[in-house]
Amino acid sequence: MSLPLIVLLPFLGAPLAALMSRAGRNACAATAFAFSLAAFALLLSHLPEVAQGEAIDAAWTWLPSLGLDLEFRLDGLGFLFALLILGIGLLIIVYARFYLSECDPMGSFMAYLLAFQGAMLGIVLADNVLLLLVFWELTSLSSFLLIGYWKHLPEGRQGARMALTVTAAGGLAMIAGMLILGDIAESYRLSDILQQGEAIRSSPQYLLALLLILAGCFTKSAQFPFHFWLPHAMAAPTPVSAYLHSATMVKAGVFLLARLWPVLAGTEAWFYLVATTGLVTMLAGALIALFKDDLKAVLAYSTVSHLGLVTMLLGFGTPMAALAAVFHILNHASFKAALFMTAGIVGHEAGTRDIQRLGGLAQAMPIAATLTVLAGASMAGVPPLNGFLSKEMMLQEAMLADWAGNGWLVAVLATLAACLSVAYSFRFVIHVFFGRPRTSLAHQPHDPPAGLWLPPAVLVVLVVAIGLMPAALAGTLVAAAASAVTGGELPAHRLALWHGVNPALGLSALALLSGLVLLKAYRSARASWAAGPHPQAKAMFDAVIDYVVDLARTITQGLHNGSLQRQLAFAVGAVLVLGFATFLTTPYAPGERATLAAEPVAVVGWLLLLAACAAVLALHRNRLLALVIVGVIGLIVSLGFAYLSAPDLALTQIAVEVVTVILLLLALGHLPRHTPREGGWPRRLRDAGFAVAAGLGTGGAVWAMMTRDFETLSGYYLEQSVPGGGGANVVNVILVDFRGFDTFGEITVLGIAALAIHALLDRSAAVGRGALPGVPPAGDAPDSLMMAVAMRIMLALSIVVGVFVFLRGHNAPGGGFVAGLVVAIALALQYMAYGMRWADTHLRIDYHTPIGWGVAVAAATGLGAWLAGHPFLTSTVWHLDVPVVGEVHIASAMFFDTGVFLVVVGATLLALTSLARLRSGGARQAEGAGVAPREEA
Amino acid sequence: MEFLVASAVGVLTAAGVYLLLRAHTFPVVLGLTLLSYATNIYLFATGRLAVNAPPLIDEHLARYSDPLPQALVLTAIVISFGMTALLVVMALRSWSVSGDDHVDDGEPASATAREDRP
Repeated sequence: MSLPLIVLLPFLGAPLAALMSRAGRNACAATAFAFSLAAFALLLSHLPEVAQGEAIDAAWTWLPSLGLDLEFRLDGLGFLFALLILGIGLLIIVYARFYLSECDPMGSFMAYLLAFQGAMLGIVLADNVLLLLVFWELTSLSSFLLIGYWKHLPEGRQGARMALTVTAAGGLAMIAGMLILGDIAESYRLSDILQQGEAIRSSPQYLLALLLILAGCFTKSAQFPFHFWLPHAMAAPTPVSAYLHSATMVKAGVFLLARLWPVLAGTEAWFYLVATTGLVTMLAGALIALFKDDLKAVLAYSTVSHLGLVTMLLGFGTPMAALAAVFHILNHASFKAALFMTAGIVGHEAGTRDIQRLGGLAQAMPIAATLTVLAGASMAGVPPLNGFLSKEMMLQEAMLADWAGNGWLVAVLATLAACLSVAYSFRFVIHVFFGRPRTSLAHQPHDPPAGLWLPPAVLVVLVVAIGLMPAALAGTLVAAAASAVTGGELPAHRLALWHGVNPALGLSALALLSGLVLLKAYRSARASWAAGPHPQAKAMFDAVIDYVVDLARTITQGLHNGSLQRQLAFAVGAVLVLGFATFLTTPYAPGERATLAAEPVAVVGWLLLLAACAAVLALHRNRLLALVIVGVIGLIVSLGFAYLSAPDLALTQIAVEVVTVILLLLALGHLPRHTPREGGWPRRLRDAGFAVAAGLGTGGAVWAMMTRDFETLSGYYLEQSVPGGGGANVVNVILVDFRGFDTFGEITVLGIAALAIHALLDRSAAVGRGALPGVPPAGDAPDSLMMAVAMRIMLALSIVVGVFVFLRGHNAPGGGFVAGLVVAIALALQYMAYGMRWADTHLRIDYHTPIGWGVAVAAATGLGAWLAGHPFLTSTVWHLDVPVVGEVHIASAMFFDTGVFLVVVGATLLALTSLARLRSGGARQAEGAGVAPREEA
Repeated sequence: MEFLVASAVGVLTAAGVYLLLRAHTFPVVLGLTLLSYATNIYLFATGRLAVNAPPLIDEHLARYSDPLPQALVLTAIVISFGMTALLVVMALRSWSVSGDDHVDDGEPASATAREDRP
C-alpha cells in the first residue's frame, strides 16, 4: 500500500497547499513540506529491501481490457530517482518559501510543485507503460504551469508554451513507440516488457519503436536538436529551474532511456542514435554555455551538456557505462540544483544575473561564494568532488567507445567537452565572485537569510561527502540503480576517488588545464565566437509554428469557411464518394431472402408518398404549403409503420408529427413565408446530382439489406419480456427496462434541447437587433368561443386518453413517450384556443419543472435498484392483491416511464410555449423589408 | 413490399438531401425532417418487414416482428423532434438577429448570393 501512497501523497497535498493560501505563506509551504516529507519517509522505509536488490510491487486492476492497470514497482533505479525528486523537492520547497516575493501567490506555486512532484514520482515508479505515459503527460502539463508561473512576464508565457509544445510533441511520438513496444511484448506491464529484450530487438518494428521513444526522451531531456526549449524555460522562477531543470523533469527522458535500456540498448542503431546525439549535445551545450552571460542561461546550457553526457553513456550500451551514467545522474542533480539556487541568490541579492556586470562578490557574500565555488568545481570535475568521479568514469568509457572504426573520436570530443565545461564552470565562479568588485549594482549585495542558503548548503555537503567517500555513501544506491538498469548483471567495479594513474586521469587533467587556459584567453575566444554564425532556435521554432498555423488555417478555410452550404455539400459528397467507392470495389450478389407481396393498399400509400415528395421539391419555396406536404409525408410514414407491425412507432410518429407541424407553424409566423428563388442552374443541378446519388445509394443499401437474411438479438427480448420485464409490449419493455439506460440518456438530451430552445428565445437575453417580439396583446376572451368550449372538453378527454395510453403502454401499444405527446398536444390546444395570455394566467405551469422532475424520477428509479444490490435500472415486478380489482402487476419500470412522460410533456410544451410567446404579426411586415421586427408590446 | 420501402427511403433521402443543400433556413429544416424519416425507416427495416406481427406477446400470435429496431426508432423519432425544434428556433434567432434567413450569414458574394436577389 505504501508504494502508491508515495505517488499519491503529493497529489493529495496539492489542493491542500492551494487551500492554505488563506492561512499565509508559511502555512502553504509547511503543508507542501509535510506531504513531501511523508512521502520521503515512506520511500526511505523501503531502503533495506531496495539496497538488497529487491523490487517491491503493488498493483490494482483499473482497465484490464486495455492492459492499463495501476501497477507500481520500486527498484534501485526508481528509488534513486524518487530520492532525488523528493529530497531535492524538500529543499526546493524551503528555498521557494524564501525566494518568492510577497506578491507571488504561494498557494498555487506549492500546488503546482506538488502536482509536478507527484507526476514525476509516477513516472519513476510506474510499472505499466500506459500508466507511465499518463504521468509523463502530467509532468508536461504541470511543468507548463510552473514555467509560466510569472504570468505577467511574456518570456515566461512564451517559454512555457515552447516547452509544452516540444515536450508534448515528443510525448505523442513516445505514446506510439510505447504502444508498439507493448504490442511486441504482448503486455503493457513494464517488468514484462523488460523480460522481452531479445524479441523486441529482433522485431522488424524495433527501429520504428526506438525512433519514436527516442523522440520522446530527447525532447524531454533537451537533447540536440530539441535542446532549445530548456534555455527559454529559464524564464521560470529560480526554484522551478532548480527543481525541474536540474534534477527532475529533464531527467525524465534520461530515466526512460535507462529504464528501457535492457530491451532497447545493445544494437548498432541504439549506439549510433543515442551515443551520437549525447555526444553532440554534450559538446554543443558546453560550447554555448561558455558564451552566455546570464547565470541561469549558463546553467541551462550546462544542463543540456550534462544530460548529453548521461545520454551518451547510456548510448554506449555497456554495463559499466550505464553505471557511470547512473552515478552522474546523482552527482549532476546535487551540484546543479545547488548552483541554480546560488544563481538565484545572486540574482536576488545583487539584483542582476548578468556575469558581465558582476564581480568580486566573494567579500560581500562569503557563504554564497563558498557554496558556488564547491558546486562549480564539482561541475568542472575538480577532485575530490563528486563531479570529478563520474566525469572520470565517463572519460574512461569514452576511450573504449569505437565510433565507426574511429577508436579515438569519442574520447577526443568528450575531452574537448570536458575542457569547455571546466572553462564555463570557472567563469561562473571566478567572474562572479572574484576579481574587482563592481559598484554599479542597484544595492549592496549581502548574504541571504538562512532559508535561502541552507538548501544549497545541504547539497554541497553531499557534493563533498560523496566525492570523498563515494563507496560508503553512494555505492549501494548506485549499484542497486545500475543493476536495475542493466537487468541484473553488473561488472566488478569500485567507486573510489583514486584509481591510480591511468589514461582517464590524464584526460581529466588535460581538460582541467586546457579549460583554465581557455578561460584565460576568454576575450579572444569570445570575439571569435561572436564573429561566427548563431542560428537562433527560437526564431526557427516560431517560424515553424507560424508556418504550421498558416497551413492549418488554409486547409480549414478551404474545407469550410463558415458556409453551412459548403460544409454540407462536402459532408454529403464525402459520404457519397466513400459509399460508392466501397460498393464499386467489392463484389455484389443480389440477396435471396423472399420478399413480401405488395398489396394494393401499400402501393397506394407508396404512390402518395412519391407524389408528396415531388410536390415538396416543386413547391418548397412556398413554405406553408411545403410544411403541410411534409406533414402529409409524416402521416404516410406513420401509416406505413402501422401496416408493418410497428404500432408503437405509428402512434409516436403521428403524435410527433402533430407537434412538429404546430411548432413549425409557430416558427413560420416569424419567418418569411416564401423562400426566394436561389442558386443558378449549375448549383441546382449539382445539388440534384448529389440528391439522386444519395437516394440511389441509400435506397439500394436498404434493398440489399432487406433481401438478405439476418440474425437478431431480439429473441432474448421476446422471451424475457413477460417473465423478466413484466410487460407484453416488447418495444416498451425494451425502452423502459432492457435498454432503459439509452432512454435515460435520451430524455436527458430532449430536456436539454428544450432548455436550449427556451434560452434561445428568452427575451431578456436578446440584445440589439436581435430583440425578439413580445407576447401577443390578446385580450382575456378567447378568439373563438366555439373552439374554446370544445377545447375545454378536449382537454379533459385528452388527459384521460393520455393516462390510458400511459397505463396500457407496458402491455399494449402506448407508453410514456406517446402519452406525453398526447397530453402535450392537449395542453397546446388550450393555448391555441384561448391565446397565450389567458392560458398563461390560467394554466400556471412552469414547464422547466416537469423536465427536471422527469429526469430525477427516472434516475431515482434506476438508483433504487442499487439499494436492492442490483445494477443501475434493474427493474422489479410487484404483484399486488387489490380488493375488487384483483391481482395487479406493477413493474418498477412504470416509474421510469413516468419520468419519460414528464420529460416529454415538459420539453414539448416548453418548446412550443417559448415559440408561441413571441409576438406574432411583426414578422409579416418585416418580410421583404429584410429588417427584424423590433416593436415592443 | 421490400421494393416499395427501399424506393421510398431512396426518394425521401433524395428529397431530403436536395432541400438540405438549399441556401435558406426553412427548406433546410424540412430537408432534415425528410432525412429523419428516411433514416428512421432505414433503421426500422434492419428488423426486416413483417405484416400482422406486432411485437406484443400474445399466445395466439405465432411470430413477432423484430422489436429492437422499433425501440431504437421510437427514441430516434422523439430525438428528431427535439433536433428539428432546436434547429428551427436557431433559424428564427438568426433571422431576428440578421434580418436574413440565408444559412450563410456572411458568405462572400457568390453565384448563389447574387441570384438570391430577384
